[in-house]
Amino acid sequence: MRKEIRICGFGGQGIILAGIILGKAASLFDENEAVQTQSYGPEARGGASKCEVVIDNKLIEYPKVLSPDILVAMSNEALLKYIGDLKDNGTLIVDPGTTDINEVRDFIDEHNIDVYEAPATMTAINDIGLKIVANIVMVGAITKITKVISKEAAMKAIEASVPKGTEEKNIKAFEAGYALAE
Amino acid sequence: MSEELFIQGNEACAKGAIAAGCRFFAGYPITPSTEIAETLARELPKVGGSFVQMEDEIASMGAIIGASWGGTKSMTATSGPGLSLMQENIGYAFITETPLVIADVQRGSPSTAQPTMGAQGDMMQARWGSHGDYEPIALAPASVEEFFYFTIKAFNLAEQYRVPVFLMADETMGHMREKMVIDEDKIDIVPRKRPELTDDYLPFKHVEDGTTPMPAFGDGFKVHITGLTHDERGYPDTNNPETHSKLVTRLCNKILNNRNEISSVFTQFCDDADTVVISYGSPIRAVIEAVLKVRKEGRKVGYIKVDTPWPFPNEQVLELTEGAKNVIVVEMNLGQMYYEVDRLLKQQNNVHLLGKIGGMLPTPDEIISKIKEVEDK
Amino acid sequence: MAEEKTNRFLPYLREDRLPHIFCPGCGNGAVMNAFLAAMEKAEMDFDNMTLVSGIGCSSRIPGYLKCDSLHTTHGRALSFATGLKIANKDLDVVVFSGDGDAASIGGNHLIHAARRNLNITMICINNNIYGMTGGQVSPTSPKGIVATTAPYGNYDTPFKLAELVAGAGASYSARWTTVEMENLVLSIKTALKNPGFSFVEVVTLCPTYFGRKNKLKTPTAMAAVMKANTVYKSAADRMSEKELKDKVVVGEFANKQRDELSEVLDKFSIDTYGKKTLINSAYETDF
Repeated sequence: MRKEIRICGFGGQGIILAGIILGKAASLFDENEAVQTQSYGPEARGGASKCEVVIDNKLIEYPKVLSPDILVAMSNEALLKYIGDLKDNGTLIVDPGTTDINEVRDFIDEHNIDVYEAPATMTAINDIGLKIVANIVMVGAITKITKVISKEAAMKAIEASVPKGTEEKNIKAFEAGYALAE
Repeated sequence: MSEELFIQGNEACAKGAIAAGCRFFAGYPITPSTEIAETLARELPKVGGSFVQMEDEIASMGAIIGASWGGTKSMTATSGPGLSLMQENIGYAFITETPLVIADVQRGSPSTAQPTMGAQGDMMQARWGSHGDYEPIALAPASVEEFFYFTIKAFNLAEQYRVPVFLMADETMGHMREKMVIDEDKIDIVPRKRPELTDDYLPFKHVEDGTTPMPAFGDGFKVHITGLTHDERGYPDTNNPETHSKLVTRLCNKILNNRNEISSVFTQFCDDADTVVISYGSPIRAVIEAVLKVRKEGRKVGYIKVDTPWPFPNEQVLELTEGAKNVIVVEMNLGQMYYEVDRLLKQQNNVHLLGKIGGMLPTPDEIISKIKEVEDK
Repeated sequence: MAEEKTNRFLPYLREDRLPHIFCPGCGNGAVMNAFLAAMEKAEMDFDNMTLVSGIGCSSRIPGYLKCDSLHTTHGRALSFATGLKIANKDLDVVVFSGDGDAASIGGNHLIHAARRNLNITMICINNNIYGMTGGQVSPTSPKGIVATTAPYGNYDTPFKLAELVAGAGASYSARWTTVEMENLVLSIKTALKNPGFSFVEVVTLCPTYFGRKNKLKTPTAMAAVMKANTVYKSAADRMSEKELKDKVVVGEFANKQRDELSEVLDKFSIDTYGKKTLINSAYETDF
């Protein structure tokens, strides 16, 4: 069942943490294996950020994503840069507040891509009052849409990964993201 | 008791160091190794250890040698440019037989090249980086869990043979996160052997297995440690050809005579293999994926995962490739361990190189293409 | 010769390493004497002393003293000493170094050791020249002197080491000479007792490579010139730059305690581990 997931956006959006949560959920709380890798520019904030997760029900040898089954884009720059790697019949999840899928409409049609729009940034601002939890909102949407991790595992992984004292807000953000895709 | 974690390779290395009894770290920040320093800066005080950020890598290496003679297991972590700066004091650690561990999380090279990209360009720097004759031990972890256990093994080998031991990781290995299980039953710690305080104790005695117990400063032995050629007492004796030859030969032989004890490989499918792929560190994971695929297509291909590039596992590799026509070495440089393999196997096999630089891990497809190219020629 | 049977410091020496390699008239023997006298005055436990040095004539001193001694790479002694002292802060760590070792190749380690304020005493024997390699110009060589690598005269301005180290944050820094032993002994004693990074610069003679090249034919001639050129800091503070030309200013340049590194590290350990940092843990298996 090897599933390759790429989450991309700006540095500072918590892209890496979103990937870590997926990996933790799959490998520690669902009975699967996961490897998370990342790439980053020398800029700590604002540069392009990309995080990749491979989830499988058996031991993962090759740790890198070659051609993602699932692409999650939280910036338009990242969407344009990485859309071309997405597998045929793959899943694309975008934040419509930070991307414009019309720019990749041709690719979506040609490759029969399933597209989901999850307004993670707006939901984070409006429902939680904290823009910085947009990544966790997105984890909720990914969980619901792709089912690569279970809801229970996702919540446990969030609790184990976010700073102490912020668990409640983050779980709320996750629930809001999960509801977006219903 | 066991514990499951989803952590980075660099964090696993730091945890391994603490489990092995490391209680001193000196280092200088450098991508992509910095998380080892950061983790130990946080964790060492919690176990009665000390962390110090030095002014550069030269000083870091000096500090861990000093700490080792102070009676504390010690390590540093760096990447290629830092390893270059450490080389003079690494030579000092070899000639003074100082146990310590150096984690090198390799990045694109030469010079500062590619700080955030993976490579294996330091393999020969670990082997020959300092001047003169010496025999290093180097381990190459290929998973987060292995980075933890190999770090413990590195400390154990360092103590057992009184040598610096290198952990040759790479950016992918350092930054990748995956599940690892810490099983306390699998942790075995080799403590430093304390000599008996007698009048005839010699800190550099030419003992049969090559390694004599080492006191700590303050134990009452009043040892003199010098980077100059020294006699068994540790006193400089720089103009005596025999003293020098005896010392340096022993330093080399204590590793070479124990090559089979120290070196190890992991292997599959070599029994019937026409082609054997040899690799180490993170590229081996692409090799395994590729070998599993081509075997499904009916090709007789096996692989050897070299866990200890230095000393190179000569006997195991010679034996495992005996029936093979072709050997392919996969590494993230333009040929380093390849030359070691070629030197060893050229009478027996056709040795080929798949060397990839630029920062990306070789892909299974690239390895499959190479296998086909070699076999179908 | 230094190994006179009557020398009261003989019990502190590794007699099996004598005779030493120092030239007649070299200041290193005087500094060893001053160090041992200061060590006794400070009532230090000689068995607890560990000596660290780099490369150069003065760096051979630890090899002649019957202590645990670490003769390291050129310029790097302070970094080794830093690790040693942090690993076992109960040891009394003293670094011997020369001007080339401490101020040129080891200059960066010197200022950082001063900044860190770890409880180490450093005795820097400044003969203004590279002696072991045969008389090359050093970072403390006075402007205009002749050396094998400054055949037309040294064109560089020398470092003022004691002032440099004081400026870098050492809690004790002083300069004395080997022609004025009493002050030197007292200063080394103060340095040994000071709980922080302590630096004593000892300006001394290299008759072989400095004197002969610079019209100071004998050790006594060199000593006389040095004595005549010595000025106390209190007097120097009232002198003009012109008046201070070629003078050796002696005195204390820093003597003010502040947080010491090994105590800070112990505090981190006590706060998070409940005990001070472990000593000799390499021999243990139970953690």
